[in-house]
Amino acid sequence: MTSTIERGAATAAVPRRAPVKKAPTPKAPGGRRRGPAGLLGTTNGRKAVMAVSGAVLVLFLIGHMVGNLKIFLGAGAFNDYAAWLRTVGEPALPGRTLLTVTEVLLVAAVLLHMWSAVALARRASAARPVRYAARPRRRAGGYVARTMRYGGVIILLFVVWHLLDLTFGAVNPKGAAATPYDRMVAGFDPSRWWVTAFYVLAVAMVGLHLRHGLWSAFQTLGLVRGRARRTLSAVAAASAAVLVLGFVAVPVAVMIGVVK
Amino acid sequence: MNLTLKVWRQNGPDDRGRMVTYRVEDVSPDMSFLEMLDVLNERLILDGDDPIAFDHDCREGICGMCGMVINGVAHGEQRATTTCQLHMRHFADGATITIEPWRAAPFPVVKDLVVDRGAFDRIIQAGGFISVPAGSAPDAHSIPVKKEDADDAFDAATCIGCGACVAACPNGSASLFTAAKITHLGLLPQGQPERDARAVAMIEQMDAEGFGGCTNTGECTAVCPKGISLDTISRMNRDYLKAVK
Repeated sequence: MTSTIERGAATAAVPRRAPVKKAPTPKAPGGRRRGPAGLLGTTNGRKAVMAVSGAVLVLFLIGHMVGNLKIFLGAGAFNDYAAWLRTVGEPALPGRTLLTVTEVLLVAAVLLHMWSAVALARRASAARPVRYAARPRRRAGGYVARTMRYGGVIILLFVVWHLLDLTFGAVNPKGAAATPYDRMVAGFDPSRWWVTAFYVLAVAMVGLHLRHGLWSAFQTLGLVRGRARRTLSAVAAASAAVLVLGFVAVPVAVMIGVVK
Repeated sequence: MNLTLKVWRQNGPDDRGRMVTYRVEDVSPDMSFLEMLDVLNERLILDGDDPIAFDHDCREGICGMCGMVINGVAHGEQRATTTCQLHMRHFADGATITIEPWRAAPFPVVKDLVVDRGAFDRIIQAGGFISVPAGSAPDAHSIPVKKEDADDAFDAATCIGCGACVAACPNGSASLFTAAKITHLGLLPQGQPERDARAVAMIEQMDAEGFGGCTNTGECTAVCPKGISLDTISRMNRDYLKAVK
């Protein structure tokens, strides 16, 4: 008799995003029960981590390429730019602020990118324990998609060498004390042609990686469909080509003596 | 036509299995691939051998029961075609044809070319449905649906669950199948109340079954007998990321 129903309660707006209903606990084939996996526990979530961390790395690559190309403006411009990277924001910000933030972001992105790659590669090999006797004929022409895993390993090995060579100067003929310009010219000296060859191979791998990765990231995040996806795929090919040319230009210019 | 077949023979789930070579003679180019196997099986039975076990039902390309990897391609080279609708005229006389079952850990071989696709059923049970009061069918026009949405939902709904996408995927991923179901229901008004929960539950079940992850190679859509688009996977990813956000 005292109970009342608030007027309008029955037709009140439901919050637009009702809390996600807990997924019915999935059962493994053997009847084993597991809890909800969460974003990092599912293949799709891990792919999203790969897409976002990859995007961070691509943004860095664009900045890195533009910086590299300053070598064509001469030793002064290149060294000044390198110094500016260390002093930008001073005195409001302490020295190396930009570089430190970039380094932290890059290390985090690389670790997350590798973690998701390893997790997905392990799942993939577990999902096909018996191989086909007939060599599987690829119908989608996705050659670059199949270079992603070993290409990623080559890129990782290159990054280690690259940091030792031009960042820390440990394997650079001029050492860490020299100016960035001198280190660059000495590092790609014609007598060290094998360094340049490795560099070009790694950059080519980066190009293939981006050819697939750039559009794939948008697909993984569910951002493109239909014609937009096909357009994006063409844009990915063009962007990858531009980045490869931009990065290869500098060592080749040093090699043939345009920059000395 | 005379053909040489190399067929995967496996007595049961625990048998190691092996490729066995058969000669098939006087094959008509008008036979379907399954009819060619029927001819071979009749001879095997007359010879007192064990016939080759393979799944089939409607033989009209609409049920999703048949499927085998022919010369390394799921459902064979002919695009947008199930194995039962593949005809022998697409093969050269004297050709050697390799026939294998779908290869994926979640699809264990039952016998020869028959695999257990119960994993797909469990993915559907996890969320590939809508909850509606039972009763007489509602009027078809009681809830309006945009033409474009209806088209896309219908395209996704043509998935027959044959499993070719898993067989062709280098990662053994069931993403195209799961995405087709999520897209089909997620585009329609009736699918909205459970949309978030559906994406999460079906993807978690897909993982629990042991399928691999999607790397956007596009091999699945290239062999799909119904031409399900990669767009469905994009929609699945978006639904999932919105739901777990």
